[in-house]
Amino acid sequence: MNATGIGASVRRKEDRRFITGTGHYTDDINRPGQTYAYFLRSPHAHATIKSIDAKAASGMPGVLAVLTGTELAADKIGNLICGWMIHSKDGSPMKMAAHPALAVGKACHVGDSVAVVIGETLAQARDAVEKVKIDYAVLPAVADPAAAQKQGAPQIHDVAANNTIYQWHLGDAKAVDAAFKSAKHVTKLDIVNNRLVPNAIEPRAAIGDYDSGMGTFTLWNTTQNPHVARLVIAAFIGMAPEHKLRVIAPDVGGGFGSKIFIYPEEVVALWASKRVNRPVKWVCDRSEAFLADAHGRDHVTHAEMAFDGEGKIVGLRAKTIANLGAYMSTFSSSVPTYLYATLLSGQYEIPQIYCEVDAVYTNTVPVDAYRGAGRPEATFVVERLVEVGAREMGQDPAELRRKNFIKKFPHQTPVIMNYDAGDYNASLKKAMEIADTKGFAKRKRESARGGKLRGIGFSTYIEACGIAPSQAVGSLGAGVGLWESAEVRVNPTGSVEILTGSHAHGQGHETTFAQVVSERLGIPIDNISIVHGDTDKVQFGMGTYGSRSGAVGMSALVKALDKVEAKAKKVAAYMLEAAEGDIEFKDGKFSVAGTDKSAAWGDVTLNAYIAHKFSGQELEPGLKEGAFYDPTNFTFPAGCHICEVEVDTETGNTEIVAWTAVDDFGVIVNPMIVEGQVHGGIAQGVGQALCEGAVYDKDGQLVTGSFMDYCMPRADHLPTMNVETTFTKCPSNPLGIKGCGEAGAIAAPAAVINAITDAIGTENIAMPATPAAVWAALKKSNRMPQAA
Amino acid sequence: MAAVSLTVNGKPVTADVDPRTLLVQLLRENLRLTGTHVGCDTSQCGACVVHVNGKATKSCTVLALQLEGANVLTIEALAAPDGPLHPMQEAFRENHGLQCGYCTPGMIMTAVDIVRRKGNDLDDHTIREELEGNICRCTGYHNIVKAIAAGAKAMRGGASAPRAAE
Repeated sequence: MNATGIGASVRRKEDRRFITGTGHYTDDINRPGQTYAYFLRSPHAHATIKSIDAKAASGMPGVLAVLTGTELAADKIGNLICGWMIHSKDGSPMKMAAHPALAVGKACHVGDSVAVVIGETLAQARDAVEKVKIDYAVLPAVADPAAAQKQGAPQIHDVAANNTIYQWHLGDAKAVDAAFKSAKHVTKLDIVNNRLVPNAIEPRAAIGDYDSGMGTFTLWNTTQNPHVARLVIAAFIGMAPEHKLRVIAPDVGGGFGSKIFIYPEEVVALWASKRVNRPVKWVCDRSEAFLADAHGRDHVTHAEMAFDGEGKIVGLRAKTIANLGAYMSTFSSSVPTYLYATLLSGQYEIPQIYCEVDAVYTNTVPVDAYRGAGRPEATFVVERLVEVGAREMGQDPAELRRKNFIKKFPHQTPVIMNYDAGDYNASLKKAMEIADTKGFAKRKRESARGGKLRGIGFSTYIEACGIAPSQAVGSLGAGVGLWESAEVRVNPTGSVEILTGSHAHGQGHETTFAQVVSERLGIPIDNISIVHGDTDKVQFGMGTYGSRSGAVGMSALVKALDKVEAKAKKVAAYMLEAAEGDIEFKDGKFSVAGTDKSAAWGDVTLNAYIAHKFSGQELEPGLKEGAFYDPTNFTFPAGCHICEVEVDTETGNTEIVAWTAVDDFGVIVNPMIVEGQVHGGIAQGVGQALCEGAVYDKDGQLVTGSFMDYCMPRADHLPTMNVETTFTKCPSNPLGIKGCGEAGAIAAPAAVINAITDAIGTENIAMPATPAAVWAALKKSNRMPQAA
Repeated sequence: MAAVSLTVNGKPVTADVDPRTLLVQLLRENLRLTGTHVGCDTSQCGACVVHVNGKATKSCTVLALQLEGANVLTIEALAAPDGPLHPMQEAFRENHGLQCGYCTPGMIMTAVDIVRRKGNDLDDHTIREELEGNICRCTGYHNIVKAIAAGAKAMRGGASAPRAAE
């Protein structure tokens, strides 16, 4: 194995700047003449804006402009959009309400941006915002998704009767009903998948910079997909033609989905920079981020699983109400539909599945993709049903899973997905060995002696990653293709620049993409640099989300490297005076088959550019190739996570005492980085299960609006994690990669809740299972520790 | 505006600031030391931790004017420029104790302070308890805990850890 090639735990190239404080995040960048934007946000969940008086604010020191939706409309700045069309079961299109970057006429959630002040300094802009007088007429509000559909609920948008955006379904309802009629046992659960706030530690930020001489805009932005941002801001919002808008995503401090979307603030920063003819910087405060960043999850579900007399699953049905918040965010419509219901087969052979999803508006922050996006919700439904079903039928939960595992591939599920490869039994078996499930009973007795209740929970999850074949997602409503691009620029001296449409915000692409090149070209990774996150450098790309950068982004890179190698072989053939077909390339050396004639990588790259050994008519000089790769299928990472907990009966506190993760990610480029991704995903899943939850009161006020009130997982919430892998190669892309970024967040919540319910002996617990919630459930369950 | 004089990374600094200016603003905006980050507005996340007179301090929670005569050390000067990394920095890199890097400067400055207070042999439990004031959203803390334990050991006797091979 090449020491810096595929499979090596190479230490990260990007780390030096981050550990020395010399990275360049958006807020670290300042432009000459820069001004500052501060937004005035609605304090009401639902209110008519009767008037805005900006006179006093405009006269404040340092104020350059006070802008509202009126000016935005006058300048014909278009609305924000949702880019995935979902049709209801009656064939009608989803009801997308207008979403201007600054509210016009009414505010629809606490935090809705109503006006912006542009000031010479941030402090001056903040001071002036306090002087903007807004006369609101407060309207009744609704925050609960189920309540939003009820008769008499406050109507948020005229286009959506009963606040219903769509009523979608997937599967064969009649066949599922028949399966349930034939069943011996039916397990039923009511599940709330709690609303989460992504909270990347770098708050969002944007700098808009209009060049009046050139008529061009530049946007520095904390985005996971700069090209998609440019496309939407150009084509839909109409800020500038695409070729006159440059979007730069410099170092980005975490995303987890929340930095995919096109938000009001970057649109306003760009627009305002033209208005005041100076650069405009906006940096989000954390408490502001709670009101301005798209939230995640927020499903209310009733689900049922039907079993035959042997414990084989014969059917699954689910009815979900998905809260999309006050406006439809960029990809929000796809999350509770094609990223959710399509995964309801889990790792199991389930002959019939039917799922209905109602998406609703509420007076809350918009909800969109957050790490896992739909797949954690699906996994939680399936893995809770299987676990509870096993308990109800008196069967061993692991054995019931094993009995129902899909064993033959490819496997067509009843919900669109065609699983290409996997070995679910292998990951379950390995996880059970590592977790020492055989020794659990003994450990449980020991815990009981200490007055603690011990529980064990499984989650055998699956996800669909590597999104996605463009034609397939197009047929399902996606407004974009989901391919990826790569360009390989080989310099005369043999060093290489890789331009990729993928974007890293913690994933370590500068290292892993270089490893792919190092493996292929046999050159050190220090001679390779990765260029990403700038629309002026990378021609186009779809960005990073959905665990797609390895499976899709690296596949594009491989395709471009194929072309580079083919061209370099032509150059080598001229140099070595041999037939092109006789040139072999291995370990960075071109040689003529069956001879000792060879040329080193650097000699060939130099010759490609000096072009002395061939005529330009025979071969174009230079060595630079690009490729677009469109996936042939989703990829299907899967695995088994086992969580062991101890519950303190006095306090209700849950301590995770052991965590075992065995995942099948296909080929792994850098095991160290992949393990890190799993750790981080588990932490977010544990956060959802144990402590995180965005809480709205009945008036639509966000009660958990800061790090003081919203419980972020800290180091002492989390265990040391045992992360291992099993392997089946992904047949759907050239490197055999499945993807790893979301697995932990998808697997973890069900494992935790299965463990807690095992410990306390009641299924009646909702996420987050806080000490108070567990204590209350414990009192009802009457299970106290039995000293053995 | 009011004047404040202090030492930052070994250099005397005098600044004329709005009295409401926070230390982190002085560092980032006036001195262009952007390695110290702001991740929240409630003193919870610890992305802004620097050392004030040798002790870990959240620079978002102290006014610049409170620091007359103080000695401030930021991530930029933890190791000499172009010299070897500080053992704690090296340990974070070697143990993959960072992903997006945003919380990292605060984590490292906190970690060095934990070693100052708790010594070079740190068990996992102690490290996790001591990290109460630092939030990381990427790593799940697993590798941060490993990095701090390793960095603490490497700091023994003030010796620098050997640079890890690629």
